[in-house]
Amino acid sequence: MDAAFLTGQVFNGFSVASIYILAALGLALSFGLMRVINMAHGEILMVGSYLAYLTILFIPGPLGIFAAMLVAFIGAGLLGAGLEAALVSKLTARPLDTLLATWGVSLILQQGARDVFGATGVSVTAPAWLDGAITIGALPLPAARLFIMAVAVAVLGGLALFLRMTRVGLLVRAVNQDRATASAMGVNVRQVDAFIFGLGAGVAGIGGVVLALLGPVTPNVGQSYIVTAFLVVVLGGLGSMIGTTIAAVMIGLVMALAQIFVDVSFAQVLTLLFVVLFLQFRPQGVIAIRSRALDAE
Amino acid sequence: MLNLPFKTIGGGAALLLAILAPWLLSAYDLNLLGRFLALSLSAMGLVLLWGEGGILSLGQGVFFGLGGYLLAMHLKLDGLGAGELPDFMTWSGVTALPWWWAPFRNPLVTILGVLLVPAAIGAGFSWLMFRRRIGGVYFALITQALALVFATLLISQQGTTGGFNGLTDYHNLMGLNLNDEGVTRGIYWLTLALVATAYFALRWLLSSRFGKLLRASRDGSNRLRFLGYDPTPYKVVAFSVAAVLTGVSGAMFTLHAGVVSPALVGVVPSIEMVIWVAIGGRTYLVGGIVGALLVNFAKDKISTALPELWLYALGLLFILAVTAFPRGIVGEFEGERRFKPARLGDMFARWRAGRATS
Repeated sequence: MDAAFLTGQVFNGFSVASIYILAALGLALSFGLMRVINMAHGEILMVGSYLAYLTILFIPGPLGIFAAMLVAFIGAGLLGAGLEAALVSKLTARPLDTLLATWGVSLILQQGARDVFGATGVSVTAPAWLDGAITIGALPLPAARLFIMAVAVAVLGGLALFLRMTRVGLLVRAVNQDRATASAMGVNVRQVDAFIFGLGAGVAGIGGVVLALLGPVTPNVGQSYIVTAFLVVVLGGLGSMIGTTIAAVMIGLVMALAQIFVDVSFAQVLTLLFVVLFLQFRPQGVIAIRSRALDAE
Repeated sequence: MLNLPFKTIGGGAALLLAILAPWLLSAYDLNLLGRFLALSLSAMGLVLLWGEGGILSLGQGVFFGLGGYLLAMHLKLDGLGAGELPDFMTWSGVTALPWWWAPFRNPLVTILGVLLVPAAIGAGFSWLMFRRRIGGVYFALITQALALVFATLLISQQGTTGGFNGLTDYHNLMGLNLNDEGVTRGIYWLTLALVATAYFALRWLLSSRFGKLLRASRDGSNRLRFLGYDPTPYKVVAFSVAAVLTGVSGAMFTLHAGVVSPALVGVVPSIEMVIWVAIGGRTYLVGGIVGALLVNFAKDKISTALPELWLYALGLLFILAVTAFPRGIVGEFEGERRFKPARLGDMFARWRAGRATS
């Protein structure tokens, strides 16, 4: 095994990790607030991909991809907020039932996409400036993958700034730390929930645009990433952004490095094994909030 | 004996009808009924695990698959000579029988395998999880990943698992022809007997002290701990019993359907098992049977008539089952009845039952 191959795999690991970050951030944020997981999150990625396809049909050219991101962010965000208002908010305090109800939504969205766009999938033409590769040493790094990493870093930075610097961010952090106290202080907890759910869905929409650069957009495109994104949330620990990022990088690297020795399916086995073993040492994930409160269960 | 409760009469009549089904139904419908009764074993496992234990597993397909594949391996080996290989292995260029196939030539080993392999894997996995107090949503998501990994692994190992097509095309079981009408009826009655046995065994288990502690761990793990109990072993036993039931369910389904494939064990079939239970009534054993039969007959009818419609209907079922009818069909007909305490051996329950009636 030569060094170039190893660095190539590490690069792949980070590149996959950045997709998981985009897919898992929204899940982690609303899990931190509401302790619920949206099983339809993968289909929100899918909606983002289809919105990218539609936008680039109307706005071709080198900058179409940025317009697509904006459209996907807003479209997916509205879809998420609608889902929260119509279904998820009715089921708070019943996290397992939320899993099942949102799974139902995901089935409906998948079949809807199949009826509207067809089962075979459509492809998004990436702008020309994403076609090439940048060669560092002997290692060609595909521009599209570098772009995905840049998008993930930009989204992380933007979210961190938003949560740290704005008044809405302050409210979000307050509800995240102590829901009851925040509510007692007059924070409209329900609005914060809906806002974060929408914001997380918007981020997933951007993730969907990025997925559209990598392959054809099919009704199942979200499903292929979402189960691993769920694992990232579990590994990251109670809705922490830093935890989610670290967990995504760990899972991406374990998966990419395992593929040096075994095939893709065994790499998945090893990744799951890694998660189960990691939780033996840190059952609450990478970032655990220490408190004297009892476990929620 | 004349003032038997309505439920006993209804249940007895349903059982009688089920026993007589081979003379009442066409061969096709009987085969469907047999399949779905086999699936109801999985559903009853989930009633124990999810309804009574509060543990949602989205990975029951793994145990279903283990049972189904182990039996199918035996069926593929049945009647082959010493050096011969199952047909699909020859096509994939496999030259020697893998070591983990060899023991399942023996029917007794196969039956033990169908029971013990899911039990062992279920116990080991759930002990790792529950001892670190991983439950709720975390547990559900990890079991879902387990189902995904299991199905992917099966698909990728074309040469030894039959890959995407799974294991199919077998005709003999211990010298009996599986296509013979008498044999199919026998398998149907065996399935029915297993369902009845599982029903009464689980009823006994849930009305025992174990059942009470399992429900207590669902409703308040912390309170249970404060009272000096460790909830972990109860949850591990519940998960393992459900795993065994699901394994048997997979094996019986394979006998009826004549095929086991990754499409029956992955993420989607695993979560579909949960909807049977949610529709039927998650805390009722009868609900598991009713839900498995109803949803699957509906699926059969709708998806042959209007294939596109089925996924919309299923999606809607998921949403309605948790929002509008959280108690399920059986729950809608039942009152606030919970499990009756066992008559013997539980003084507290007897005392409470006495107070409630007086």
